[in-house]
This record gives sequence, C-alpha cells and structure tokens, in this order.
Amino acid sequence: MGTEKVDLEDEVLARIERQRKLRPRFREERVTMAHGAGGKATHTLVEGLFARAFANEALAELNDAARIEIAGARLALTTDGFVVKPLRFPGGSIGELAINGTVNDLAVSGAEPIAIAAAFIVEEGLDADVLRAETEAMAKAARAVGVSVVTGDTKVVERNKADGMYITTTGLGVRRSEFDLSGQSIRPGDVVLCSGFVGDHGMAIMLARGELDLDADITSDTAPVWEQAAALMETAGEDLRVMRDPTRGGVATVLNELALDADLGVILDEASVPVHPAVQGACEILGIDPMYVANEGKLLAVVGPERAADALVALQAAPGGEHACVVGAVAEEPQGMVLVRTGFGGTRIMDMLIGDPLPRIC
Amino acid sequence: MKYVDEYRDAELARTLGSEITALAEPGRHYKVMEVCGGHTHTIYKHGIEDHLPESVELVHGPGCPVCVIPMGRVDDGISIARQPNVIFTCFGDMMRVPGGNGSLLDVKAEGADVRFVYSPLDALKIARNNPDKEVVFFAIGFETTAPSTALTLMRAKAEKLRNFSVMCNHVTIVPPLMALLESPDLRLDAFIGPGHVSTVIGCRPYEFIPADYGQPVVVAGFEPLDLLQSIYMIMRQLAEGRNEVENQYGRVVPWEGNLRALDILQRVFELRPYFEWRGLGFISQSALKLSQEYADFDAELRWDIPGVRVADPKACQCGEVLKGVIKPWECKVFGTACTPETPIGTCMVSSEGACAAYYNFGRFARSKERAGA
Ligand code: SF4
Repeated sequence: MGTEKVDLEDEVLARIERQRKLRPRFREERVTMAHGAGGKATHTLVEGLFARAFANEALAELNDAARIEIAGARLALTTDGFVVKPLRFPGGSIGELAINGTVNDLAVSGAEPIAIAAAFIVEEGLDADVLRAETEAMAKAARAVGVSVVTGDTKVVERNKADGMYITTTGLGVRRSEFDLSGQSIRPGDVVLCSGFVGDHGMAIMLARGELDLDADITSDTAPVWEQAAALMETAGEDLRVMRDPTRGGVATVLNELALDADLGVILDEASVPVHPAVQGACEILGIDPMYVANEGKLLAVVGPERAADALVALQAAPGGEHACVVGAVAEEPQGMVLVRTGFGGTRIMDMLIGDPLPRIC
Repeated sequence: MKYVDEYRDAELARTLGSEITALAEPGRHYKVMEVCGGHTHTIYKHGIEDHLPESVELVHGPGCPVCVIPMGRVDDGISIARQPNVIFTCFGDMMRVPGGNGSLLDVKAEGADVRFVYSPLDALKIARNNPDKEVVFFAIGFETTAPSTALTLMRAKAEKLRNFSVMCNHVTIVPPLMALLESPDLRLDAFIGPGHVSTVIGCRPYEFIPADYGQPVVVAGFEPLDLLQSIYMIMRQLAEGRNEVENQYGRVVPWEGNLRALDILQRVFELRPYFEWRGLGFISQSALKLSQEYADFDAELRWDIPGVRVADPKACQCGEVLKGVIKPWECKVFGTACTPETPIGTCMVSSEGACAAYYNFGRFARSKERAGA
C-alpha cells in the first residue's frame, strides 16, 4: 500500500476523531426510548441538554453522586428515578431497588449513606396492598444499611399513566474517603476489580416480564454495596482510584466511561468476569452480551497495582463480595476504548450501546 | 449451555490458526466473504480475526437482514404504523433502522403503537387479544425466518383472524450472491456459506458458485471454532486447487435442506419479480411476497402504501465495499454524510456492518496494523 493512500486513511480517521470529541448536542425532535437506555443517546441527552443548561462544577463531573462541601463537611448528593415493570420480580421489588440504588450511588462515591428523601408517583387504582408491601420493602432495605427515609412526597396520577407506581429517591451521604475518587485518576497498570456475578438483575427483569418464552432460574442481585465500598477505601487508601456501580448499561458502559474520561485503554479479560450459567444461557439465546446487562448490587473498582491484591481480599471478605475477582487492567492503549480479550484467545473492542431495543429494565 | 464451551476452546483455535497460516501461499492475499450477518457477529464477538494470518482477510457480506431493507420499505412500514387503530409489530433491531425520514422508533415516540416482538407468533397473539385493532407484522429475514412467518400465516388463516396482516420483506440469499459474483470488479476468493439459512435451503443452491465462478463455498456453523474450521477448509481447497461446496455444519445442515420448510414457503410465498436492497440496488427474484392464497393477509394490499422509492444517495458505495473493491474509508460519504447515527448505506446500519465497525474502531485497527508491521 502506497504512503499516499495511508495518509488519506489517517486523515479520514482523524476527522472522525475530531467529530467524536465535540461535545454532544441534543438535536432530536423527540425523545425516544433510546434516550433512557443508558447508552450513547442518553449521553447526548445528559451532556448535550442538562449539563449545558445547569452548568456547574459539581454537575460537570457527571458522577454517580455529586460532591459538595458545606461548612467543611464533605457530602455527596444523588437522585434516581425507579420505573420497573413488573413491580415485583425474583429477588426483589421496586421498593428495595429504590433504596439500594441510591445507597449504591452514594457508596461508590465513597460516601456513607445518611438520609434519603422519597417521592412516590402512584397510579389511580393501584392495589393498596402493593403500596404497603413496597413501603415495607423500602423500610427494611433502609434499616439494613442504617439509613433513614427522612422526607417524601406523594402524587397520584390517572389510571394507565404510571405502570402502577414510580419511585424517586434522593440520597445524602458523608464522604468517608479522604481522597477524591475520580475516573480521571486512573493510570496504566491499575487493576480492575468486579465484586461478583454480573447480569443477574437485568436478566431477571427481562424474564419476569413474561414476554419471552424462556424459563430460567435467575434472581435479581439487588443489594447495598456500602460495606464493600468501605472495605475497599480502608484497605486501598489512596490507591483506590474510583468505584462505579454497573447498573443500566452494565459493566461495558462503566468501563467505556472510564476509558473515555481518562483517555486510556481498559483491557477486560472476558473469561474472568463471573456470569451465572443461567444468565449466560439466557443471554446467548436472546443475543445479548451480559456485559451490557444491568446490575443492582455490584461494584467495579480500579485500584493501583500495589494494593490491588489486598483490596481484592478485603472485597471478598465484605458481605456480597465473596465472588469478587480481578477482571481487567488499565493500559495506555487503545486510548478511550475498552479492549476485550475473549475466552477464545482473540480481541475485540467493546463499544458503548447506541440504544437499547429491549424493554426498559430499571 | 455447557455444550457451547467445547466449540470455544482457545487452544484448539490457536492450532487451527497456525494450520491456516501454513496453508497460505506466501505473497498471496486471500479475501473470504462471510455471507451471513450471524457469522460477522461471531467473528467480531470472539475476535476470530486475531487467529488469522494477515494475508487472510474476511469481507463482511450482505447477509444482515435488518441492514438490507431499503429506506423506501421502512417508509412504507411507517405509513402503515401511522394509521389510526393499527398496532405495528416488528423485531426489536428493525425499529432503529432509518427510512427516508426517521425510523419506527421515531414514529413510536410520536405516538404510534409500534411494538417489538420476538417472533411472528407473538404478533399473532397480540392480534387475538386485540380484536378491535389491526395488527401488522413487518416481516424481515432470509430463508431462516421466513418459515416461521409462513407458519404464523397458516395459523392466522386457520383461525380466520381478520385483523392480522403481514408486510413481507423476506429476502432470499442466492440472488444477491449471484449479483455480487456477476460484477466484473469482484475481488473475492471464496465464500463462507450461511449456516442457519442452509438448514432450510440446504447446500445445493450454492453449487453454481464453484461450478460457474470457480470459487469454494464452505457452509459453516456459528460457534467460533466452526468458523475457523470452515476457513481452514476453504484454505485447503484453495491450496489443493479444488473448488466445491463443503458442509462444515453437517451436524445441523442437511445437504438437501429442510423439505418440509421449503414446501411451506412454496405454499405461502411467491417470488417478487425484483426487490430493492439497501446499497445494492434492485436484484431480480430476490425477495418473497404473499402468494395468491394468502393475499387477504398481505398488508401491502390491505393498506394504500406510498411505495415510493427513496434512492440511495449517488455517492453510496456499499456495493463496492461488499465486493471488496474499496475499503469503507474510501467511500465518498464515509464519516461525513454517512455515520452510525445517520447511516446511508447498509454497511453502516448495524454496528457490525463493515463501515460502522470501521467508523468506531478503525483507529484501533490502524494502530494494531502498525504495531504488527
Ligand atoms: S460509508 Fe455508508 S454509503 Fe459508503 S459504503 Fe459505507 S455504508 Fe455505504
């Protein structure tokens, strides 16, 4: 191949790269389901519309929880809306998710959950026992992590307007880590830890919807990860670079965000990521990669190499972390991308999802 | 899913990879087309190309059923979906495919009742449960999915369901291959035949490829080792100067195909005189429509659809990319008018299409190439 041709190819690639780095703008005429799926479309919406309009320092980081400082107190604030169909599913329910989801956003930001505010949007005609049961599920989940639901709001909307009920929770936490956890702090050589089996929640929901002719014994992993996060902070200290909870969009999305934020490569060793055989099987049949499936009780952590082994031991000793393992590493290349080493001895790039044709799952 | 693992052994893969390398003639460059989108997916997912020598290049073929639907057909579907009282159903990944003016996902956002289903039988179920609505199924796919659409239609007829119809976009695999082979600028050495399609049509329909065009065909399964083995079989044919149709996927594909399925297809469908393929233009006798017997269920007859043809932009060069004449980046609209967010040609629609993959990962492929060089 002549050099002239090579240069042209580089030129085309460079142009694409420039386009890609432009800050996204939200230009769509209408909102589609893809905007809620957690992939590229969601990013365009969040960065192109919300982040531009509300521009401020805390928001600009686009973390799971915002870091704020008030009179010397290092706080974290987060909010999350829960829309899930069906309301109950194997392994949990919307009430439990609403607490654990917010607790986990605080936890991976290094903050101990202190207080939660909850807003309920309830559909006219909902069986009151369902509301009672979900309230009890929330209370129980809150007690389990020692967080209080301190305020709330209730709205009722007309029949057929809310899939039974939606819950929004806002969480306030106190940051326990002396160090600022941030995606930008990761470096080549760092180790990626995963706290256990992935893909359970998303698959459990998909099957519970009963739209697929598929029966498998899969239960949601909804659980708090605060103790795991605390154990990591204590053991790894400043070598703990960042923690994330791989919810909507799954492990793949989190790793892509990290790679983009730091402009480094993340190398994922596919065979080492724990996936239950039932989840793997269901994914195989549906043509879904478990790395993109949501989790509600897992965390991913990036730790400096020196203390990675100790961090792993601490994570495994924490409740829910028994199956934690090393799943990958940070490298110089490929910049801004996630490279998967497949169990088959090959490699591929794991991209961010463009949208999600599947039912919304959390 | 235990059985899957034995087809995914990395050790075996390395062995096959080195045997393929040994068969490659020094200085010769091999271009092998995998016809089927499912194969492209396996190749990509497992990183099969890493086991191949640089001189063996895989060219992604026209076998992704979603990608080949032309814009005009999407627009026609959308015009039905917009009718009052219609529930429009299709496979999930079809919803994102852009027509001349937006996708089914966009119409859904506008308020149309568009639902995705996992099988045409699900659409039939929706029709039964909503007797006061018109339920339309947007059927796509090669001979792989056509039998299940046919069975669904037979059932609808038996049940005398009046509110169900099918907009048929089923295509057949052999005509586009013939069109590719007919073009004088084709630069391919061999074909990996589609496994799933062949479970229905068998291996015989490919016999013209070695007979008339002198190129080997190996019908392959969908596990990564299946593909590597089929490439090995192709390389052996080329090394030995043979060209014939071989069946690597014998555990599933009968040589004669599935006669019962073929018979059902015969009854329910008939060949269209021609059909437009995104990026490839019109190909004669390359698609199916409902037969006279099933005309009552034909959505194209039930609704007055515009049937406009949205011309592929002049600059679109999918045909050349598919034939291996040019690389994606050499297409005039690549990365400017044609991007994964605004795809023009078939190769940009699915993330595994040649152009989309190059758009997203080309930079990485280049740096890997440099490191290897
Ligand atoms: S860039 Fe677009 S139009 Fe050009 S060959 Fe690729 S898919 Fe076709």
